[in-house]
Amino acid sequence: MKYQYFPGCSLKGTGRAYEESFLAVFRALGVEVKELEDWNCCGATAYMSVDETKSYALAGRNLAIAGRENSDVIAPCSACYLVLNKTMKGIQEHPELRGKVTRALKAAGLDYSDKVKVRHPLDVLVNDIGLEKIKKHVKNPLTGMKLAAYYGCQVVRPFATFDDQHNPLTMDKLIEASGAECVTWPLKTHCCGGSLTGTVTEAGLRMVYIILSEAKKRGAQAIVTPCPLCQFNLDGYQDQVASAYERVDIPVLYFTQVIGLAMGLSPRELGIKRGIASAKELMAGR
Amino acid sequence: MPLERKVKYENECDKEFADWVTSQTGGENLRHCIQCGICSAACPLSLYMDYTPRRLINLARAGFKKEVLSSLTIWLCASCYACRVECPKEIQITDIMYLLKRKAIEEGVYPRRFPIPVLAREFGRMVFMFGRVNETLLVTDLFLRTNWFKFLSMTGLGLNLIRTGRMSYLPEHIKNRGQLRKIMNAIDTEAKKGETK
Amino acid sequence: MSDNNPVQKNLPRIGFYICHCGTNIAGTIDVAEVRKYAAGLPGVAVSRDYKYMCSDPGQEMIAKDIKEQKLERLVVAACSPNLHEETFRKAALKGGLNPFYFQMVNIREHVAWVHTDKKAATEKAKDLSRAAIARVAYHQSLEKKRVPVDPNVLVVGGGIAGIHAALTLANAGKKVTLVEREATIGGHMALFDKTFPTLDCAACILTPKMSAVKAHPNITLWTYSEVEKVEGYVGNYKVQVKRKPRYVKEDLCVGCMECIDACVFKEPKFHDKFNQGLGKRKPVYIDFPQATPKVVLVDPETCIQLKTGKCKKSCAAVCDRNAFDFEQKPEIKEIQVGAIVLATGFKAYDAKRDYVYGYGRYPGVYTALEVERLVNASGPTSGEIVLRDGKRPKAVGIVHCVGSRDAKSNKWCSRVCCMYSLKLAHLIKEHSGADVYNFYIDMRAPGKAYEEFYDKLLGEGVQFIRGRVAEVTDWAMTPGEEGRLVMRVEDTLAGFVRRIPVDMVVLSTGLEPQADAQEVRRRFNIGCGTEGFFQERHPKLAPVNTFTDGIYIAGACQAPRDIPDTVAQAGAAAAEALALIDAGFVELEPNTSRVIEDECCGCKSCISLCPYSAITFDEVKKKAVINEVLCKGCGVCAAACPSGSIRQNLFEDDEIFSEIKGILANDRKI
Repeated sequence: MKYQYFPGCSLKGTGRAYEESFLAVFRALGVEVKELEDWNCCGATAYMSVDETKSYALAGRNLAIAGRENSDVIAPCSACYLVLNKTMKGIQEHPELRGKVTRALKAAGLDYSDKVKVRHPLDVLVNDIGLEKIKKHVKNPLTGMKLAAYYGCQVVRPFATFDDQHNPLTMDKLIEASGAECVTWPLKTHCCGGSLTGTVTEAGLRMVYIILSEAKKRGAQAIVTPCPLCQFNLDGYQDQVASAYERVDIPVLYFTQVIGLAMGLSPRELGIKRGIASAKELMAGR
Repeated sequence: MPLERKVKYENECDKEFADWVTSQTGGENLRHCIQCGICSAACPLSLYMDYTPRRLINLARAGFKKEVLSSLTIWLCASCYACRVECPKEIQITDIMYLLKRKAIEEGVYPRRFPIPVLAREFGRMVFMFGRVNETLLVTDLFLRTNWFKFLSMTGLGLNLIRTGRMSYLPEHIKNRGQLRKIMNAIDTEAKKGETK
Repeated sequence: MSDNNPVQKNLPRIGFYICHCGTNIAGTIDVAEVRKYAAGLPGVAVSRDYKYMCSDPGQEMIAKDIKEQKLERLVVAACSPNLHEETFRKAALKGGLNPFYFQMVNIREHVAWVHTDKKAATEKAKDLSRAAIARVAYHQSLEKKRVPVDPNVLVVGGGIAGIHAALTLANAGKKVTLVEREATIGGHMALFDKTFPTLDCAACILTPKMSAVKAHPNITLWTYSEVEKVEGYVGNYKVQVKRKPRYVKEDLCVGCMECIDACVFKEPKFHDKFNQGLGKRKPVYIDFPQATPKVVLVDPETCIQLKTGKCKKSCAAVCDRNAFDFEQKPEIKEIQVGAIVLATGFKAYDAKRDYVYGYGRYPGVYTALEVERLVNASGPTSGEIVLRDGKRPKAVGIVHCVGSRDAKSNKWCSRVCCMYSLKLAHLIKEHSGADVYNFYIDMRAPGKAYEEFYDKLLGEGVQFIRGRVAEVTDWAMTPGEEGRLVMRVEDTLAGFVRRIPVDMVVLSTGLEPQADAQEVRRRFNIGCGTEGFFQERHPKLAPVNTFTDGIYIAGACQAPRDIPDTVAQAGAAAAEALALIDAGFVELEPNTSRVIEDECCGCKSCISLCPYSAITFDEVKKKAVINEVLCKGCGVCAAACPSGSIRQNLFEDDEIFSEIKGILANDRKI
């Protein structure tokens, strides 16, 4: 199995631990992952509101580069995953847009390709690699650990076909394969606030607080997420939440870190210490 | 208490506005709204909006362009797509928010020091120049342009990011910046040609 | 007029008429141009356009022209032949012309309604008209065959529609066989406690009709039975019905129910389908006390004797009429009928499909049909509103439009949910005193005394919130929400989002086609609309007819509808069947095939191909023989015959070839 890997800006910055754990887990599973050559920012959702054509072309450049090779692209960041898929769908459904984007890429010597498949690591792990194989690699099952699977919004909405939009289960299955237990809670796919924590903090903090406190209330020892922005918001704003509402201490892990721990990879190579909310208590005795 | 006139006259509507929305990518189903409000109820941010998403759709459809473009609603949308998934009429509400944001920026009617449009613009500028985004620079730039105070209150988070090694200091950029410039220039040239036609 | 077009000697004199159909056709097609164009075509002696050709003056015009202009052929360019072919054939006859010297061109459904480009549409109308004019010259004089109609009727489905249709027909003296899939007749109506808007007791008005069915000398009632096969044609259908084994002899059981008491299972412990799973039953059971026929049945899935053959059979032992028969097998019955009424009803939307409403995840969430059983005095709680956890609700939320008006499930309005939600709101409030909230999108109360019923509910203090609920969760944000179900909705009339804690959620599920509607439609050779309900022949003018003569539809199998409308429609379907039967005969289309005996080589290849078993082999002459009465005119045999010895009326080779030549003979440059 071979994949191309589209990191996106976050996995090189605040979501560094996601990249570290993602690559470590795939390496340990013997799956080859190659970083997309000279990739650029996916355009992210913010850019969509400035110039539609340019944001499509920007994402289109990545798809053109990826199209040179005959393998699927893994985009671990939910926003990148959404934007790249949205771009493909938009270009497929709107011939006029397709024309504009193809011409712009051509001017820079690139050929737009829609044969590329952009996939999320949750999809690849569950549907390509398979839970059976992952279970075989589990050396230190996380028995007794209670975790809240938090998917956030953009990984399942609106384009994901690999999981249910209201009640996604792929991450739950991976967590269970790791030996941990998932709490039942209704906020799995509620929004974390996205970039609003930085721009309209009052609104963003309320959303972060709701998710943190509900996970804690349901008995979760940690929140597990497949999105760098969710991780950043839920992990980074716990102090602000404490001053605005009440103190809710809960570590926020990437699902790749959880699988990695179960597979016996070291917390160091999984970037566990990069969490602002400490995972010390969770890791005690492991 | 100052009195405010609530009556609306038909000549205050822009009759072509709904046509424009439906002509845009994602705006096609605007007119099919049955005003059930499931979008507003599913929206995690409607509680802060001046018009709930349902009301915004109705205003856009009726041609209240000024109210729609100057609303806080479009800027509070966090693009979580909950509305779009629930909408019984398959209205792509999130995409309508995007196209309204673009129009608002184009017509310059968004709130001046309001951070979100500034973020969108700065984000665009950075990507256009470097091909990648440096989150640190972006956030710093944003607060310097909108709210000094907030910047100071955020320093705690900044220190935490430095402590955990998640802050990047250098401006990230792609190797082939020339290629990116060519793509963007090609779009600008084509757009200009379209206008002069 | 066609002064500059001398009629060719060898061609018959053709009259061409084009209809405006108001603006339906004239809005897209330049009818005057088509009229002028047709006037110049070979053979056309008269060419006219008129606002409504199907109107009396339109028909008169045709009849008058035939007589005065000595027309020998007729072409009308108008709507679908489905609607008016018969009309113009009659007009031809009135003028003294054989009705089959006529060809219709469909320029409304095939042109005007599907195109927007006026010029191109006009050209297409010309092409189609030219083809028909070319073909009609070759038409031959034909006669319709008459066949007698069998006076017996089959009614499929024993809900209120089937019951009413069967009784109406039986009262008119016709022999009716009523076939019902379940063990009892009564359908959905038997589940209800009260009916809107009058709040009269459903059982009180339904059970007398159920008994009347059972007692009627003209009705044969076959419950627990399904139609397997339908053959034949209007007036002469041959139907096979499978009677499933009840393991109890229907003619011996008197419904004393002592066997149920005697069953080796002391307590009822199995899923009770009739009570929507809210109650339990034993392997030997009867759905409800007024079940008709009042005969018990044994469920082979749960009965120990039927599963293992090792039970002491205390049920059979206690039966002093020896009604039990554990060896019973399915039985196939065959009947002959002239007409069939389909009243197969609807299926309630599966509430589990809307994950956000929590049905199946939160025990406090119910479907409307479950609540019908809860409020019913003969239901599992004897009419008490008791939740699955034994508690009584303090607040109840009723969600309208679940599985209706939603592109994700069903786009249509299910039409009855607003009213039954009002009814349930009233009953829940009356039975429990709980606060009741109705969450609606638009309140639809357009029936007799329906709006007044809504007004009554408003007065009773039921809360009405206009908004579609986004989510039902157990996620609490205030102390008042702890341990309860929270409904999130935009109060669209207030303009903000509300979170409303309740103890019970009622999902007003919509009406869908039956799960096997497609199979049933194929079995009876009728159509379904895109949404899957049975298709009526015409939405306004033939609402209970189908495209297959002699088969009628009534009730919610055609579209969602309430009891009053269902009963009215069932009466209409019965009347249509009576009209057919009392005419005594039907005329068959003469579009049948025939064998040219001299040319038939006796290869028999046509025989196995005929879908209607209309072809037999004459062993003496060694030739194929087609039964004109059974032939449906599908043309398969004519196309397949290797020696070209099968011909079909109205589809003769020269008719088809000249039509093709006609359509290709345009002088446009493409």
